[in-house]
Amino acid sequence: MKLRTLIPVIYILFLLLPIYWLVAMSFKTTNEILGGFSLFPQRFTLENYQTILTDPTWYWGYINSIIYASLNTVISLLAALPAAYAFSRYRFLGDKHLFFWLLTNRMAPVAVFALPFFQLYSAVGLFDTHLAVALAHCLFNIPLAVWILEGFMSSVPKELDETAYVDGYSFPRFFVTIFFPSIKSGIGVAAFFCFMFSWVELLLAKTLTAVAAKPIAATMTRTASSAGYELGLLAAAGVLTIVPGAIVIYFVRNYIAKGFALGRV
Amino acid sequence: MKKHSQRAWLFVLPVVLLVAFNALIPLMTVINYSVQETFGNNQFFWAGLRWFEEILQSERFHAALARQFLFTFTILIIEVPLGVIIALSMPRRGLGVSVCLVLMALPLLIPWNVVGAMWNIFTLPKIGLLGWVMNNLLGISYNMTVSPVAAWITVIIMDVWHWTSLVVLLAFAGLISIPDAYYQAARIDGASNWAVFRYIQLPKMKRVLTIAVLLRFMDSFNIYTEPFVLTGGGPGNSTTLLSIDLVKVALGQFDLGPAAAMSLIYFVITLAVSWMFYTLMTRNES
Amino acid sequence: MARVALENLSHSYSINPTNAADYALKKINLSWKDGGAYALLGPSGCGKSTLLNIISGLLVPTEGRVKFDEKDVTALSPEQRNIAQVFQFPVIYDTLTVYDNLAFPLRNRKVPEEGIKQRVSEIAIMLELEDDLSKRSAHLPADKKQKISMGRGLVRDDVNVIMFDEPLTVIDPELKWKLRSKLKELHQEIEVTMIYVTHDQTEALTFADQVVVMQEGEIIQSGEPVDLFERPLHTFVGHFIGSPGMNILPCHVKDNVALFYGHSIELEGPIIRSEGRCEIGIRPEHIQLGTNGIPAVVVRAADLGQHTMVQTLVNDTGVNVITDGKPLEAGTEVNLCFDPRKTRLYSESRIATAVAQ
Repeated sequence: MKLRTLIPVIYILFLLLPIYWLVAMSFKTTNEILGGFSLFPQRFTLENYQTILTDPTWYWGYINSIIYASLNTVISLLAALPAAYAFSRYRFLGDKHLFFWLLTNRMAPVAVFALPFFQLYSAVGLFDTHLAVALAHCLFNIPLAVWILEGFMSSVPKELDETAYVDGYSFPRFFVTIFFPSIKSGIGVAAFFCFMFSWVELLLAKTLTAVAAKPIAATMTRTASSAGYELGLLAAAGVLTIVPGAIVIYFVRNYIAKGFALGRV
Repeated sequence: MKKHSQRAWLFVLPVVLLVAFNALIPLMTVINYSVQETFGNNQFFWAGLRWFEEILQSERFHAALARQFLFTFTILIIEVPLGVIIALSMPRRGLGVSVCLVLMALPLLIPWNVVGAMWNIFTLPKIGLLGWVMNNLLGISYNMTVSPVAAWITVIIMDVWHWTSLVVLLAFAGLISIPDAYYQAARIDGASNWAVFRYIQLPKMKRVLTIAVLLRFMDSFNIYTEPFVLTGGGPGNSTTLLSIDLVKVALGQFDLGPAAAMSLIYFVITLAVSWMFYTLMTRNES
Repeated sequence: MARVALENLSHSYSINPTNAADYALKKINLSWKDGGAYALLGPSGCGKSTLLNIISGLLVPTEGRVKFDEKDVTALSPEQRNIAQVFQFPVIYDTLTVYDNLAFPLRNRKVPEEGIKQRVSEIAIMLELEDDLSKRSAHLPADKKQKISMGRGLVRDDVNVIMFDEPLTVIDPELKWKLRSKLKELHQEIEVTMIYVTHDQTEALTFADQVVVMQEGEIIQSGEPVDLFERPLHTFVGHFIGSPGMNILPCHVKDNVALFYGHSIELEGPIIRSEGRCEIGIRPEHIQLGTNGIPAVVVRAADLGQHTMVQTLVNDTGVNVITDGKPLEAGTEVNLCFDPRKTRLYSESRIATAVAQ
C-alpha cells in the first residue's frame, strides 16, 4: 500500500483502538473484566446496557443532556444568525475587536469560573434547570456559531439582498424566505458544532445541575465513585454517549470540512 | 465593499448580551474574590493585591505553569504537523472522504470525562489493552499510577488522540478549497511536491491553521476534565496542569481568594499569548 | 517551439464509454505549424477546454495521440512536455513577490540565479511589470496577476507551446482590449506557438492566425478568421461568428434550384447535395435593399453608427440586413437582393454548394 493511503488508515486505527476497548468492555461481565485480560468478550452480555436503559437515574441523564444540548443549539443559532449577518454585510464601530472579544470567551478558565457561574445562576433562580446549562454553554458556542455562519453568509453575494429589497421584500421576510434557504448547509454545520460542544462539556453542566437536569456525564462520574468498580456499566454508558454524536455527524458529514473553510479569522 | 452602518449593532446585540451575561458577571465575581480573604461564613476581608503577589512568587504556581506550557507546547508541536500530514494524505473526493471524516470526527464527539475514563480503562496495567500489551507482550513496565513519565506520555497521547482530528478537519477544509488550476499550474511550472506544499498548500491553509493553533492553544490551556479523570493530577503532582491545580486550591482548600487571583493571572496569560498568535498570524492580511 | 499535431484524438470522462454521447471529444485531427497563433472557439461545453488540457498533458486522451514535432508526447506529463498554460483565473503564488513568481519555473529547473535575473527582467519589461517586481503578488489587481501567470510561461526559453484557457474572464472590459493587444504583440516578439481557448469570437478572431470552431466535441471548421466569416462550412459557424450572425433561411431544392418561399435563389455555385433539411445562408452584410428582389416588410431598424441594421420579415421568416442607408420606418415594404457570390446552400447544416469555377 502507498504511504498516502497508509497514513489515514493507521491514524483511524489509532483512533478506533481505545473506542474498541470501551465497546468490548461494555459487553463483558464485571467478573470477566476483573478476572484478567481478554481481547474479545468471552461471555457476551447485554446486561450493562439493560441496566442503563431500564434505570431512570441512568436514562434520564441522557434525556437531560439531549434537552440542554438541543436547547443550547436553538438559542445559539437564534442569537448568532443576526450577528453573523451583521459581520458579513456591514462594517461598524469596533467590529473587529468585538469578534476577537467573542473568541476570547473560549479562553476563560472554566474550572475556576464554575463557582461564580453557580452563584450567578442560583441568584437568578435557574439552578438545576436545563435552561441554565443551555445558557451557560452559549459562552463558547455562540462565538463558534457566529464564526461559521459568517463564513457561509459572506459567500452569498450581496446582490441577493439588494434584488430582494428592490422586489419589495421586507427585511424579516427576505431573511426567512430567501436568505435562510441559501445558507441552509451553514446552519446545519453550526448546529452540529453547537450540539457537539454542548454535549461533550461536563464541568459547567455538572456545576449548574443537581438532580432535575443532571447530565449523563455527571451520572457516570457519580456512579463510578459510589457503586465501586463497575467498569462494564461505565463502559456501556460511555458507548451510549458516543451514539448521538455519531448519528449527527453522519448527516452533516458533507458540510463539516466546508464549514471551516469559509470562516474568517 | 461592506456598508458602514452602526445599526448593525442591533443585530449583534443579542449575542453581546448573552455572552456578556456569561462572561462579564462571573469575571467580576472572580475579580471581587481575588482581592479579598475569607474564613468561611461568607465573611470577607480586603486583601488587596496580596494574593497576586503570593501566587506570582509561589513555587507551586511556577511549577504548574511550567507543566502547563510544556504540555501545551508538546501537543501543539505534535498535533499541528500531524494533522496537516494526515489531511494531505487523505483522499480528496469520493466515498473515502466521508468515511475518513466520520471516523476521524468520532473522538471530538465523546464527552470529555468519557474520554478520560476510556483512556483509563485502555491503559490499566492488567486489564487494559494498551497496559496489557506494554507489560505482557512488549515487556515494558508501564503503570501510570506509579510512573510520572508514563503518566505524562499517556496524557499527551490522549490529547493527540482526542484533538488531532480537529486540526485534520481544519487543514482538510483549507486543502479542498484550493482550485485544481493551482496544482496544474504548479505541475507545468515543474514544482516539486515540497514546492507545491510550501507555495500553494501551506499559504492556502494558513488561515485555517491559524484557527487550529488558536483553538488548540486556548483549549489545551483550559484542559481539566480529561487529565483529571485519567490521572487525577498524579502521580504526585506530575500531571497537575493549571486547571487541575486551580480546582485543588479553590474547592479542595476553599481558598477562594488565591484561586481567583490565580485564575485571573492565568486568564491574562492565555489572552496575551492568544493575542500574540492572532496578530502574528494575521499581520499580512488586508 | 514546436509543431503540434493531433491524430484521431477522442476523449471520454466516463470509464466505459458506450455511445457517442459519452465522448467529450470525437475524432479530432489537427495539425498546427510552429510559431503560429491559434484559437479554439466554441460555446461552453463544446470540448475546447478538454482539448486544451489534452495538449498540455493534464488529461490523457482515451484514444489517439498528441505529437510535438513528430515526437509522440501523449504519455508525457505537462512538465516533460515543456508547455506553459495560463488559466481562466489568475494562478499566482500568493506569498511570493512578483519577481519570485516569475523566477519560480526557472528555479524549479535549476537555472543559475544569474540567468534567472536576466530572463525575469526581460520578461518583466515585456509585460510592463518592471515596477512591481519587489511587490508581494497577493494584493495586485487581476490584470497584473494574469500577466504574472503569462510571464511564468514566457520566462522559460524551452517552451514548446503556450496555452491560454479563457485568460480574460476576470479582467475588466477596458483592460481586456489592452491585454489582448499585448498578447498579440508578445506573440510577434517571441514567435512561440500559442493556443488560445475562448467562447468570445472577437478575442479569437483578433488574436489568432487560424481559428478552430468546435461544437459538441467536434471540429466543424478550421481556418483563417476571414474564411470563417466569408464562407462558413457549417450553419453553426455562420451563426456563431459575426454580429448579428448569418441569416439561415429555410428552403426547398427542386430541380437543382433553391427556392425560398417560391423565389428561386441564385447561389455561389452548383448544388452538390440536397438531402435532408436544406437552408440558405447569407450574411446580413451581403444583402442589399433594392427595387427588385424578394419582397419583405421592415419590422425594426437600428442605427449602428456606421451602418444600419434592418430587421425584416419575409412571410414568417426574419431576415437581418446591414446597409449604409438611413434607418427605415417599421412597416415599409422593401425588396431584398442577395449577393449570389455570398449566398450558399446548407444541407443538414453542412455546406452543400461548391464554389463556381
